[in-house]
Amino acid sequence: MIRADALTKRFNGVTAVDAVQFTVERGEVLGFLGPNGAGKSTTMRMLAGCLEPDEGRAEIAGYDATLSRHEAQSRLGYLPEGAPAYPAMTPRGYVRFHLRARGFSGSVLKDATEHALGRANLGPAAEKPIGALSKGYKRRAALAAAIAHDPAVLILDEPTDGLDPNQKDGVRALIQEMAPKKAIIISTHLLDEVDTICSRAIVIAGGRLLADETPHELASRGPDNSIGSAFRTLTASSRETLSHRGEEAAS
Amino acid sequence: MNGLIAVYRRELAAYFQTPLAWVFLAVFAFAAPSFAWRAGRFFDTGRADLAPLFDFLPWLLLVLMPALAMRAWAEERDRGTLEMLLASPIPLWAAALGKFLSAWTIAGLALVLTFPMWIAVNYLGSPDNAATATAYIGALLLAGGYLAVGQALSASTGNQVVAFVLGAAACVLVTAAGLPMVVDVLSDAVPGAAVEAVAELSALARFDSLRRGVVSLSDLGYFLSLMGLGLGAAILLIDARRGVGR
Repeated sequence: MIRADALTKRFNGVTAVDAVQFTVERGEVLGFLGPNGAGKSTTMRMLAGCLEPDEGRAEIAGYDATLSRHEAQSRLGYLPEGAPAYPAMTPRGYVRFHLRARGFSGSVLKDATEHALGRANLGPAAEKPIGALSKGYKRRAALAAAIAHDPAVLILDEPTDGLDPNQKDGVRALIQEMAPKKAIIISTHLLDEVDTICSRAIVIAGGRLLADETPHELASRGPDNSIGSAFRTLTASSRETLSHRGEEAAS
Repeated sequence: MNGLIAVYRRELAAYFQTPLAWVFLAVFAFAAPSFAWRAGRFFDTGRADLAPLFDFLPWLLLVLMPALAMRAWAEERDRGTLEMLLASPIPLWAAALGKFLSAWTIAGLALVLTFPMWIAVNYLGSPDNAATATAYIGALLLAGGYLAVGQALSASTGNQVVAFVLGAAACVLVTAAGLPMVVDVLSDAVPGAAVEAVAELSALARFDSLRRGVVSLSDLGYFLSLMGLGLGAAILLIDARRGVGR
């Protein structure tokens, strides 16, 4: 359902994403891990069709994210980093805007709006301007808009960032509930989230893919068999490689 | 088409959900008659027509239209919502046209607010209503041209103030191209054919012919081309962002 085929992106000569390759099938929840600036968001933007890769290709539900962008994006729900939304709109208006843009109207639009607002657990906040909402509610409004059209593919950039522990549990439960029928990628800095909801995990650093395996396999790479220690081990060696590369370039 | 309608509705609502549309309409409703009465000496001309209004309208529009258009893309870039828009299956042409049409609707409403003056001159005398109608069509087309130019410059930056300044400067160029002071300066420096070509680009000359009641295909084509060029440039600039990132 999701295919990253040697995705490469450079900004001003610096390689942000370097030949990243993976697939995600229906029923999988892929955890996308990496330090800040590792290339996670850039990879997700290329998959979502916001950015065009310099090399390689991104595919959503069998459609090229650049050449058949409309078809690919019609099957995609995307929560960008920081969950941007229009502050003057209410979450209800925001969800309706997304659905209308996808051709929803009448009772189908109304039902899909109610369903999405309910799943994101917005409650009375659905009627308040997004600009007046807390960070957690803003994120849930953007999440409601991403899932409202029941897409086959979900790409969620840090979906639980800024949420309180109860809200985090709610979003994780929602992702688990949707997982059997969808292909889902979530990026996160919360390593326990990978254990809780992901069926597979990818570690990326310096734009390069360092690991692609189950959370259990990933944990076994760490000295104390935890995902945290595995993450630190993997990204530490990547930092050394990058700094070595920098020294070579300087000399 | 779904994307166009969704963006049009969202943008129009956004103008009224913030004070922008209300402030804009209030300023326009106050400034347009004020210019006509004060600077245009509406009652002193002794003629029952709206010439004093239409004399100043292009200059009022060239300040207010970039103010209306500046948020089109600069705000999306600044708030990060552009990424969400680029990831949705809304074609860029539909987003650009939806944004343009919503702003053009506000401009049309602003022009409607000057209709009491039209009613007043009909009460005071017998104006040439056909010429007044074509002048209003000209003003609407001029506003559309300025909005499209403003949208193109809004797509070039993430800062709304910069978008406004660039938009207003571009509208001054488009408007003033045919003015005698510009033509005189140019005629000393460049060949006559080039001066004529620049003068032909003037939006003011096209608006003036519509004010006289003359509706020609070339004038309509000019304004539609200006709108098409502005929106086309905006689409190209935003589409180019897919290649470079935020």
